[in-house]
Amino acid sequence: MDSSNIYKKSGFDFSNQIRNNFLAAKGVPVPKATSTGTTIVGCLFKDGIVLGADTRATAGEIIADKNCEKVVNPSCCGAGTAADTEFTTALISSNLELHSLSTGRKPRVVTAMTMLKQMLFQYQGHIGAALVLGGVDVTGPHLFTIHPHGSTDKLPYVTMGSGSLAAMAVFEAGWKAGMERQEAIDLVSAAISAGIFNDLGSGSNVDVCVITKERTDMLRNYIKPNERVTKERHYKFTRGTTAYQSENIRKYIVDESITYLTGSATTATTAEEAMDVS
Amino acid sequence: MSHYTRTQSQQHPTQRQFNPYTENGGTILAIAGADFSVIAGDTRQSEGYSIQTRYAPKVFKLTDKAVLAVNGFAADGNMFVKKVKQRLEWYRHAHSKDMPLRSIARLIQTMLYAQRFFPYYVYNILGGIEEDGTGAVYSFDPVGSYEREACRAAGSAQSLVQPFLDNQIYFKNQTPVLGTSHPTHLPLRHVVQLVIDSFTSATERHIEVGDGVELYIILARGRGTQGLDSFKDVQELTPHAEGERLFVLRRELKKD
Repeated sequence: MDSSNIYKKSGFDFSNQIRNNFLAAKGVPVPKATSTGTTIVGCLFKDGIVLGADTRATAGEIIADKNCEKVVNPSCCGAGTAADTEFTTALISSNLELHSLSTGRKPRVVTAMTMLKQMLFQYQGHIGAALVLGGVDVTGPHLFTIHPHGSTDKLPYVTMGSGSLAAMAVFEAGWKAGMERQEAIDLVSAAISAGIFNDLGSGSNVDVCVITKERTDMLRNYIKPNERVTKERHYKFTRGTTAYQSENIRKYIVDESITYLTGSATTATTAEEAMDVS
Repeated sequence: MSHYTRTQSQQHPTQRQFNPYTENGGTILAIAGADFSVIAGDTRQSEGYSIQTRYAPKVFKLTDKAVLAVNGFAADGNMFVKKVKQRLEWYRHAHSKDMPLRSIARLIQTMLYAQRFFPYYVYNILGGIEEDGTGAVYSFDPVGSYEREACRAAGSAQSLVQPFLDNQIYFKNQTPVLGTSHPTHLPLRHVVQLVIDSFTSATERHIEVGDGVELYIILARGRGTQGLDSFKDVQELTPHAEGERLFVLRRELKKD
């Protein structure tokens, strides 16, 4: 019996599918995954790639996380279903490491891109990962977008997510070939900020990641333009506010008494207290 | 595969529909005190993931002692306020006085129910001062069911704000400390602080709330401005101090 084997087959487990379809047909609401709205961007510059992301995670119209990390991997930003972007990039990054170990060469960005698109295409869009992949390898800097169905683009500046139009407008207005590092960081920050302020699905802070041939710098919360103002009141409840049904106070101090059975201590006890051991 | 092509070639009767309504987000809120009333709303108007404008008022002055907040479908809300104002003007011409608050509430009910089968897609909250000088809040559903209350939140962040108000205004889930009791009415300063905190908090966790907040504060006849003096950004809308006095307090909210 395959199913009783504790060493299950690798990959996704579909054993609850029949039950869940039955439940959904009965009208039981299907749980929804977090985060669809996002602004993620990437931009080519003189010495490499700058990636950027906002930090808002939403579940419908509720903000689930005000400061999440969408630069999931030092070379990859994720939009779409949060869990899908994290697990997909983790799996591919792991396979990429094995690949480089077996070939004895440093991995290339196209390799990562190909592995990602092949996996996403295999799952026909059911893995809701929308990615911006950027990096510098032996062949130079590369920047890709990968859509959930597996299609890819290779461009000098890219945007994805619900804030992609706002961010792309900034790139279209300001991008030029061969920018300096700081110039590129500023442009990416401006693109993400456009998403943060004009798209309701994006918000909070700007994360930036700079990838060059030599090093990768994660600039977490590079700009924080949305700090909360101090509240007008303090909301500390006074002691005794919480209702309770019963009170039970336990004494944690343990009383110990020592009864000597032999030796000189017996002589110290009085006649009544002495235990009869004869 | 053959099954799929077969269903595709079949002629399905398709249904198309024009939907006249949209949801424009935002939140409104009102709290009644013993001799004052506070009515507030954020100023963001949105559709889907886009902001249509960062300043679209949802709270409107009707008379010196009545303020109406509308939330839901903005076009319907604006039209409804326009029609209520028109009816109040006709009343003034006929009776040479402003319509009492409870009568405005009843008027709004009949106006909403008149559209029972093509409703104004809005939640209304009416705040003001009653003829007996008490602060009052009336809340309505889109087809005219209404109720006088001490506090009410409506709109997209209702589910975030109303539980907070229930706890802080009605003291739900709070037992009074031994030998004390909960107050029936909170002081003005306290209420304004709660309203501002409601909006800054809703902005933190709801994508459709933000940009700015407008608080309308109505004081009963003869009541001083105590409780308002500590807010430096308050502006008076009534020209003289006799009669009910109306103030507005505007604050910026986060814009992300």
